[in-house]
Amino acid sequence: MGLFDLFRQNKKSSANKAKERLQILIAHERVNRNGPDYLPQLRYDIMKVIQKYIPIDEDQVKVQVENGHGYDVLELNITLPEEK
Amino acid sequence: MSKVIVITSGKGGVGKTTTSAAFATGLASKGYKTVVIDFDVGLRNLDLIMGVERRVVYDFVNVINGEAGLRQSLIKDKRVDNLYVLPASQTRDKDALSMKGVESVINELKQDGFDYIVCDSPAGIEKGAFMALYFADEAIVVTNPEVSSVRDSDRILGILQSKSRKAEEGGSIKEHLLITRYSPKRVEDGEMLSVEDILDILAIPLLGVIPESESVLQASNQGNPVILETKSTAGQAYEDIVDRFLGETVEHRFLDVEKQGFLKRLFGK
Repeated sequence: MGLFDLFRQNKKSSANKAKERLQILIAHERVNRNGPDYLPQLRYDIMKVIQKYIPIDEDQVKVQVENGHGYDVLELNITLPEEK
Repeated sequence: MSKVIVITSGKGGVGKTTTSAAFATGLASKGYKTVVIDFDVGLRNLDLIMGVERRVVYDFVNVINGEAGLRQSLIKDKRVDNLYVLPASQTRDKDALSMKGVESVINELKQDGFDYIVCDSPAGIEKGAFMALYFADEAIVVTNPEVSSVRDSDRILGILQSKSRKAEEGGSIKEHLLITRYSPKRVEDGEMLSVEDILDILAIPLLGVIPESESVLQASNQGNPVILETKSTAGQAYEDIVDRFLGETVEHRFLDVEKQGFLKRLFGK
C-alpha cells in the first residue's frame, strides 16, 4: 500500500465505517423485525438449557421465525463445539 | 380527496417539527387547504415553531374529549391562507389520545375539505408516534446522516409497514425519505454518510435533502416556518420538496460543496 492510498483510506474511513456497521446491524434487525416480542427471551432460555449440558457460546444459537403462507416456522440452529 | 401525511423519524431532534411546519406551510402556499397537527402530547412544540404559541386556546385532546369544537380549536395562520394548526395538549396523561378520538378528528377534517392533513409525530415508538402514523396515507421519514438516526428510521419503516391501518388492510403507506442537516463538505471529507449511503441502507425513494443551515435556528427563534426564509438554502430546499411531493420534477440542490469564488475565498463570508 502506497503512501497516498494510506492517506485516502484514512480520509474516507469514518463514513465508510458507519455505513458498514449500519448495513450489518440493520440486516440483522430486519430478520427479527417481524418476529414475536418473546423471541429474545426464548432464545435466551434455549441457550441456558443447552448450556446445562454442553458449553456453547451465545452466538452459536440462532433462533428465527419465518413466515409461510398460513403457518410460521420456528427455526433453531445450534452449532455444537467439536468434541475434544 | 384529502391525504394524511405523517412526518416521523423514530429518533428525536432530527427535524420532524421543523419539517412539519415548513412542509405544511409550503402546501398551503400552493393553495391547498392544509392543517398540521401536533401529536406530541405533553411536549407541545409545533405551536412555538409556527409562532402561534400565544393563540392556543383549545388543543387536540380538548377536541377528542368533546370539550371544544374542532373549528374553535384550529389556529388559522396569519401569514399564509389555507393554513391551520392544531396544537397538542400539555396533559401528562399518556392515554389522552384514543384511536377512536384521533380517527374522528381526522374524519372531521376530511369532511371540512382539508386537502392535506400533516401529522407531526413525537419521537420514539410509543403510543403518540403510533397514533400519528396509524391513519397515514403517506409518510415522510426524516433522517440525519448519522448512525443512530438511520437505524431508528429503519425501525420506523418496519412499523409503518406492519402496524399502520394501510398495512392492516393489506395495502401500504407511500414512503418518502427526507435527509436533513446534510453537510456536503463533511461528506466530501468522508466524515458523514452520503445521500447514496443512506439510500443504499434504507432503500426508499428520496424526497429531498435539506442542507445544514443557520437559518433553521434563526427561523425557529422567531416562530417562522423556515420555508418562508426564501433566501436561505434550507428554505429553498423545503420549497423543492413541496414541489416534488406535488409531482413536479425538481433537480436536487445543495448536495455538493459550493465552489467558492476568488473574492469570497479572499475575504471570507
